[in-house]
Amino acid sequence: MNDYTPSEMMIVAAARALAGVRTVFVGVGLPNIACNLARRTVAPDLELVYESGVYGAQPARLPLSIGDPALITGALSVCSMADLFGLYLQGGRIDVAFLGGAQIDRYGNLNTTVIGDYAHPKVRLPGSGGACEIAIHARQVFIIMRLSRRSFVERLDFLTSPGHLGGSGERERLGMPGRGPQVVVTDKCVFQFDSGTGEMVLVSLHPGVRLEDVRAEMGWDPRVSPDLTETEPPTPEELRLLREELDPLGVYRS
Amino acid sequence: MKLTTMHDAIATYVHDGDTVAIEGFTACIGFAAAHEIIRQGRRDLVLCRMTPDLIYDQMIAAGCARKLVFSYLGNPGVGPLHAIRRAVEKGIPAPLELEEYSHFGMVARYIAGAYRLPFFPLRSYVGSDLPKVNPRIRFVESPYGDGPIAVVPPLNPDVAIIHAQRADVNGNTQLWGLLGAQKEAAFAARHVIVVVEEIVDEEVIRSDPNRTLIPGLIVDAVVHEPYGAHPSYVQGYYDRDNDFYLRWDEISRDEAATRAWLEEWVYGVRDRAEYVEKMGRETWERLKPAQAWARPVNYG
Repeated sequence: MNDYTPSEMMIVAAARALAGVRTVFVGVGLPNIACNLARRTVAPDLELVYESGVYGAQPARLPLSIGDPALITGALSVCSMADLFGLYLQGGRIDVAFLGGAQIDRYGNLNTTVIGDYAHPKVRLPGSGGACEIAIHARQVFIIMRLSRRSFVERLDFLTSPGHLGGSGERERLGMPGRGPQVVVTDKCVFQFDSGTGEMVLVSLHPGVRLEDVRAEMGWDPRVSPDLTETEPPTPEELRLLREELDPLGVYRS
Repeated sequence: MKLTTMHDAIATYVHDGDTVAIEGFTACIGFAAAHEIIRQGRRDLVLCRMTPDLIYDQMIAAGCARKLVFSYLGNPGVGPLHAIRRAVEKGIPAPLELEEYSHFGMVARYIAGAYRLPFFPLRSYVGSDLPKVNPRIRFVESPYGDGPIAVVPPLNPDVAIIHAQRADVNGNTQLWGLLGAQKEAAFAARHVIVVVEEIVDEEVIRSDPNRTLIPGLIVDAVVHEPYGAHPSYVQGYYDRDNDFYLRWDEISRDEAATRAWLEEWVYGVRDRAEYVEKMGRETWERLKPAQAWARPVNYG
């Protein structure tokens, strides 16, 4: 059981970050499985909230989309999207939201709209969905993304969802209710954000990953915490839950 | 009595150049209505939907639309919408204008439309580039001294098409599971077509009035169309056809394969009933949902 994949390390690291959290806005894929793992380990009172209008979901199987019928069966509440965005999100009831994107910059600003020019894009991406307002309102934003030079860029092609914007308290000056991105979990390492400058800081390397491996995959030279540590590897129990109960088909293992 | 056929409902209420909203977030997506619109050859539509999904990918591949108003452009949990990307990136089969919001922004547009307000305020878009590419997203100063607040204009579709579990023949419509923005879209629209899995007696509706999402008051046409939301799902009636969502990813990558699919499954069938027959009994067996009944409540 000591063998694990970078994806499993990512999921476990993200799940641990949810310790003690009450309400989490979940996306599909890795965030979803991380939240379900957290509910069985560090956050037993965690309520899963989906932008499709579901509060307190207890999916019997891994949902394939945020509107999967398995999220509705047995949920605490299913409401309209007006209620979900107006009452739950804008009303300040969401502790943590998971977001990701095609591009992220050093302040945790995210692009899910276009690569290239907006009017003549090289690649047309999905767009905001609820991400723009989720990034503004959730008390904390956690980001899960694979580390790569294509994604961790010096300058975004388009800013869809605000992180710390230009840094140094710009969110507060603009009156945003949420505190913005707090952690970025990748397949190689974990970042947090400097509370003063709002800039991403490398805080831990996953076992076996070297600092130069991280630098090689980034579009800027990252700040490194003086207390840089090694990420605690997955425990046998975390791996058992992932492999036997949450993802028996191994969809998210590789 | 508003019960009619899909053919007649579309022929009467959907015209070239109309602004059309077929709402339904992942669930209850009105594919049967969309296919009838394609068959009747509508052109230059302004298609509105939070998540264009496969339904608008198919309509845009068929050349029905000139503009798309949306907030999330993807095949949920699978990847991009290839036909829409071809239209945006290469102008195939025709150029497509985009007007883009966030989810809350789209919901707020429907609310403004339904309430007959000039705009609706929401705390979003601060710091985002979205207002730079969509001049209809604006900021106004709060008259109560709370600083600037984002506003979006009303969206009043010419017609909204809503798929649901059941309605009576007068259009009193009950829907459960995901509610999306259907109520707001329907109240915002000038005309409403309701498409349902089952027609029930008015007394069934009256036995559970909290479940009525859309009153017959605002409904123009009711169409009885079992399996009319496939490949999306209807809670309690059939599951989402996830295999088809994956298959569409393959089909829609190729323009010729997309056209061939439309030829076979849209132009090649007379109506939804023929599509259901052609899909075959195995499909509907495979998509049969589990049983999870609500407990009855006492309205007395």
